[in-house]
Amino acid sequence: MVNFWTMIGISVTFFIFVLICRAFVWPPLINAMRARQERIAQGLENAEKAEEALAKSNADAEVLLRDARAEGQRIIEQARAQATMVVDDAKDHAREEGERILTAARAEVTQEVNRARESLRQEVAYLAVVGASRILSSEIDRRKHSAMLDNLVREL
Amino acid sequence: MAEKDSAPTPTEYIAHHLTNLTFGKRPDGSWGFASSAEEAAQMGFWSVHVDSLAWAVGLGLVFLFLFWLAARRATAGVPGMFQSAIEAIVEFVDTTTKDIFPHKNPWVAPMGLTILIWVFLMNLMDLVPVDWVPNIFRYWLNVPYMKIVPTTNVSVTFGVAIGVFLIVIYYSFKRKGPGGFLAELAFHPFPKFAAPVNFVLESVTLLAKPVSLALRLFGNLYAGEMIFMLIAILFSASIALALLGVVLQLMWALFHILVIVLQAFIFMVLSTVYIAQAYEVPEENGH
Repeated sequence: MVNFWTMIGISVTFFIFVLICRAFVWPPLINAMRARQERIAQGLENAEKAEEALAKSNADAEVLLRDARAEGQRIIEQARAQATMVVDDAKDHAREEGERILTAARAEVTQEVNRARESLRQEVAYLAVVGASRILSSEIDRRKHSAMLDNLVREL
Repeated sequence: MAEKDSAPTPTEYIAHHLTNLTFGKRPDGSWGFASSAEEAAQMGFWSVHVDSLAWAVGLGLVFLFLFWLAARRATAGVPGMFQSAIEAIVEFVDTTTKDIFPHKNPWVAPMGLTILIWVFLMNLMDLVPVDWVPNIFRYWLNVPYMKIVPTTNVSVTFGVAIGVFLIVIYYSFKRKGPGGFLAELAFHPFPKFAAPVNFVLESVTLLAKPVSLALRLFGNLYAGEMIFMLIAILFSASIALALLGVVLQLMWALFHILVIVLQAFIFMVLSTVYIAQAYEVPEENGH
């Protein structure tokens, strides 16, 4: 048998529970879930966009990098060529300078040799005259024989 | 099983477990709790099943409190474990009710959720061993009867079903108007000349909705509880039967988990279906 007041009590309770559920339970939950759904969808969309942007900037970067590398290569080659040129110039310069110095030194040496030879010659002439005068004592007059001595000196 | 004065016979045991704690007007005119099944029966109209009502209200409040806890902290951010569990249920109810009831109505989904969880919690009390709570009330609190499964009480299942039925009637009137609703009842299976016959047939169809809702739930849970009681009787018969009872108790409880969830789900789905039918406005007639 159905107990009337129990049944009515349950019916009233049922309506009150539905009311409370409708007012305080359902909307916050379903709204939060929908908002999260929205957020996730937005997030996925953003991620996709970001991925696209990344791919694009990667491509851009690659182009830039390639250009930069080519430019760098060009500059390096130029620098290398210039360096070679400078070194060659310097080498030539150095060689010329060296030759010049060598020539000058050689000339100086020749000059020195000549000078020494001249001085030696005079020395020998003097020594010869001194020796001769020692040998001949006073027989030979310096002034008389100077022409002969000069000849002798020249022949040495 | 409890033995105090003299061991109850199985009949007495079952009868005791099937008696509600009833408050009402005694034949002599005084108000109070019935101390026996006979006294409860004598109270007649002016009585109420206090145990069913209290457990039903308590379990409903448990439902509302749990879901309110989740609702209070609901954000669009990362949900915690509890939040996720609650939201999974809400999501399930939302999609289920939307599938059945495609109209825009802010009440149907919360009603479905209330029915699903409330009825589920009331059914769940069936898994509490049948002697625990009644004996605690009987020997510790001196309360003679305590049926803790509200849905094994036909008054409770009818209470919920009548609630749904009133919603169905309300939307039938609101959508079709009194004339339209009456026309639907009177002009439907047969042409207009058979209006009285139609009216009887359609009224029966209409009334069958809450009756079937209430009796289906009640029948399933009542039968389930009855079998739990029969198994409980085995425990005090002999050791061999008690061991059999352990196995049976386990198997029946496992099977009953399915029944509990399924009956709650069916109640929700059928309630939604009935409201969806109330929403349908016939195209050809208008009103």
